[in-house]
Amino acid sequence: MSVYDSLDSITEELHKCMKCGNCMAVCPIYKETRKEVGVARGKISLAEYILSGEAEMTKGMADRFSLCTTCMACNTNCPCGVRFDKIILAARAEAVRKKGLHPVKKIAFTALKMQRMFDFGMKAGSIFQGVALKNAPSRHSKLARMRVDVGIGKEKLFPMLSKKTLRSEFPEVVTIKNPKMRVGFFTGCMINYFYTDIGRAVIEVLTENNIEVVIPKFQACCGIPASVNGDVDSACSLAKRNLRAFERMGADALVVACSSGGTAWKHVYGELLENDHEFKALADKWAKKSYDISEFLIHQVPFKKEGLGRVRRKVTYHEPCHLNRGQGISKEPREILKSIPGVELIEMKEPGRCCGMAGSFSLVHPDLSVQISDRKTADIQTTNTDTVATGCPACRLQLQSGIENAGFDREVLHTVQILAESYRVGK
Amino acid sequence: MLAHEVLEDLVQVLGRENVLTEQEDLLTYAYDATAAMKHHKPDVVVAPLSTEQVADVVKIALRHHVPIYPRGSGTNLSGGTIPIEGGIVLSMLNLNKILEVDQDNLTATVQPGVIIQALNDEAAKYGLLYPPDPGTVTTATMGGSVSECSGGLRGLKYGVTKHYIMGLQMVLANGEVIRWGGKTVKNVTGYDLVALFTGAEGTLGIITEIIVKLIPAPEARKSILAVFDDIDKAGRAIAAIIRNKVIPATLEILDNATIQTVENFVHAGLPMDAEAVLLCEVDGYKEVVEREAVLVERILKEEGAVQVKIAKDDKERDLLWLARRSALPALAQKRPTTVLEDATVPRSKIPDMLKAIRRIATKYNLQIATFGHAGDGNLHPTILTDERELEEMKRVHMAVDEIFETAIALGGTLSGEHGIGIAKMKYLGLEFGEAGVAALRRIKEAMDPNYVLNPLKMVRRD
Ligand SMILES: Cc1cc2nc3c(=O)[nH]c(=O)nc-3n(C[C@H](O)[C@H](O)[C@H](O)COP(=O)(O)OP(=O)(O)OC[C@H]3O[C@@H](n4cnc5c(N)ncnc54)[C@H](O)[C@@H]3O)c2cc1C
Ligand code: SF4
Ligand code: SF4
Repeated sequence: MSVYDSLDSITEELHKCMKCGNCMAVCPIYKETRKEVGVARGKISLAEYILSGEAEMTKGMADRFSLCTTCMACNTNCPCGVRFDKIILAARAEAVRKKGLHPVKKIAFTALKMQRMFDFGMKAGSIFQGVALKNAPSRHSKLARMRVDVGIGKEKLFPMLSKKTLRSEFPEVVTIKNPKMRVGFFTGCMINYFYTDIGRAVIEVLTENNIEVVIPKFQACCGIPASVNGDVDSACSLAKRNLRAFERMGADALVVACSSGGTAWKHVYGELLENDHEFKALADKWAKKSYDISEFLIHQVPFKKEGLGRVRRKVTYHEPCHLNRGQGISKEPREILKSIPGVELIEMKEPGRCCGMAGSFSLVHPDLSVQISDRKTADIQTTNTDTVATGCPACRLQLQSGIENAGFDREVLHTVQILAESYRVGK
Repeated sequence: MLAHEVLEDLVQVLGRENVLTEQEDLLTYAYDATAAMKHHKPDVVVAPLSTEQVADVVKIALRHHVPIYPRGSGTNLSGGTIPIEGGIVLSMLNLNKILEVDQDNLTATVQPGVIIQALNDEAAKYGLLYPPDPGTVTTATMGGSVSECSGGLRGLKYGVTKHYIMGLQMVLANGEVIRWGGKTVKNVTGYDLVALFTGAEGTLGIITEIIVKLIPAPEARKSILAVFDDIDKAGRAIAAIIRNKVIPATLEILDNATIQTVENFVHAGLPMDAEAVLLCEVDGYKEVVEREAVLVERILKEEGAVQVKIAKDDKERDLLWLARRSALPALAQKRPTTVLEDATVPRSKIPDMLKAIRRIATKYNLQIATFGHAGDGNLHPTILTDERELEEMKRVHMAVDEIFETAIALGGTLSGEHGIGIAKMKYLGLEFGEAGVAALRRIKEAMDPNYVLNPLKMVRRD
């Protein structure tokens, strides 16, 4: 029984919790709200009351379970090894079964699922953007600010939709002469629609390393925004679509450059499709050969060091929660950065602290998201750097937005972009 | 249920956002860190922003005869924050400012919602230290730890919370605000209410400001591990160290059951067959630390340790203390329910206590692992169980009773640092006798005649 099927699946997980409160020390939400319901211990107790029949899954309960960035910091700090990430998924799936999806999220997910509509939105994008968003002056990336508050606050900056999607910019197979490997690239939505520069960097670095890149046109959203918010049906259909897309094209390995994509391919698809023999086997097969780009470049290739040009940057690295705690990838991006001539890596205080983006969390709890982001921004500001590297486009957006709002100057990039830059300079 | 006027009055004073009334929020204040304890939902949770607001809340509660349950981080292990009669949970977490670090007087002034580690981080900027360090330094509040008089690993040399509390501002049960003590080292004006309120578990008044003593942070430290094949030898070694006039900052013991669990958990290189290990840390000036470490090493060998190791560097040191800090977490993962006691005996009785605990474990057929602050005589017999197994829980309760009886018989006390709360109230007679319990009650009633503050905790109401 997977966490997506029923709340009973987490009974033992709940029993492991001894209510010591150690999770309070690290929870970004609790730090801001100082309310017990913000921390893992509080939500665990609510799940227990529901299971014991002492309380019901009300709309209010569902709201409380939405108070979590799923940053997994509590997992790491828990002396009893409680997997809170599983508990929150199960609780949210139960909430959707009983109470339906939160209205804001409903809009977001249906759009994600209906890719055609999204693609259409892209074409109409420039018009839409003109009406709803206004350009925010930024030296580094195209960010926009909401003109009107549609319930998610006007503080948040959005990236402008890119003129062309990444997947329409490239052929389905980026061929090179005598490739040593054929790798599938799962782009994910943010890289396909907004941060195409990250996608280009991935392709550039892979081909530079003599690897053929396959970018199946038929791939879709990773499904994580749906699965973490309890919309299991949507998540399952997205998982299947992606598995089919990559299976049809075939590849020796699959790489991603966003932390949700990695989580999806490595962990979530297998769990979502547990009851579907055919797809479960496919999910397991691809899980074994899915890699985050930095992990892939360090452990699988290893990427070539000759030809790296000098890049003058003072860089601090922000750890995406689902890359660091979720996939145990933390040394690899730093190793890449340190191998680039001219790059000086300067650590910030608590690089592993959540930036508060957490996908749709920032839509449903805009104020909290900004508060959490402000701490991160302050930590970045105190480092003597000019660049922030990270491993996830969603973090990149949140960090850049926080920095712009605070009114100082740092360029936020994906690690692989700095590597691509170095190869370019080296030519 | 609470009368509607109570809520209206509270909202008027505190504003909507600091008054929680929805079920989903209230349910999360029904428990604390105490194992196997029945939970109770409060009627309302309030989180004041100032001493004046605290005083107003107390006055409202008094007017409407509603109990108040003060709460810091809810990490206590004696049921101290459980709102057993419903009423108001008073969360102190919004009063979370460090008001001052005074380098000339070596004091800090903090609000009660400050987390202990936050104070230490601030003090460290000045090369100063606030020594009390319960296992929950990164989560527990100053108000909660003053109210429990928390101990920790450094008790042997540096003492416990009460040795660092110099002054308090408190709201009394009648809503009046008083200050007692201050920044002076000497102060004999009146009864020592600062001492009385420290460890009062929120039953006498609400602490709203705390002046603590800070000390210069020690310059150097060294950790030593000693392995014993016999509990008695370990006990004699503890006494011998102190007799030789070395006062280590920390002197901890792990018994065989704990060693096995911890070693499987962190692989720190503890020998699985050892009957006991002692972990010792000396700190102070570099030269003194060097001398004392060698001396401790010699004493441990003389007392029959089969192996003695001084940590060579920070890495080795950290591994040793990781092993110690992992004791509770590692044990807690073995069974769903972890009943952690803190019965305390004079240092010299540690071997007797350890043996008694082992006998009790066999008698009631329970898994009990023991570790703790050997230098303070403060042991943590830890019963690994499952609160869903009702028959086993009966045996757990009998074993706990017998542990307490043994501790008292050895000249010890019910609780070294976790407090009485609900959990140990019924045992007070064992230690004080009926006259003692009555004296305790008269103090409670002098300060809080209407039992508004944390009722049914520590003091029985007849
Ligand atoms: C894993 C673990 C390890 C622990 N290790 C240790 C240890 O090594 N040593 C040790 O001594 N303890 C230890 N404890 C116990 C606990 O952490 C301490 O007692 C802690 O200091 C309580 O702080 P708190 O903020 O959580 O207080 P709470 O639990 O919130 O409150 C404790 C008591 O203080 C009262 N109170 C809180 N704030 C105020 C206030 N402002 N005014 C008046 N009354 C107030 C409450 O009513 C309650 O009675 C441990 C607990 C756990 C879970
Ligand atoms: S740290 Fe783990 S065991 Fe402790 S309260 Fe949080 S989830 Fe429960
Ligand atoms: S996952 Fe992160 S935000 Fe959610 S409860 Fe745990 S620490 Fe808090």
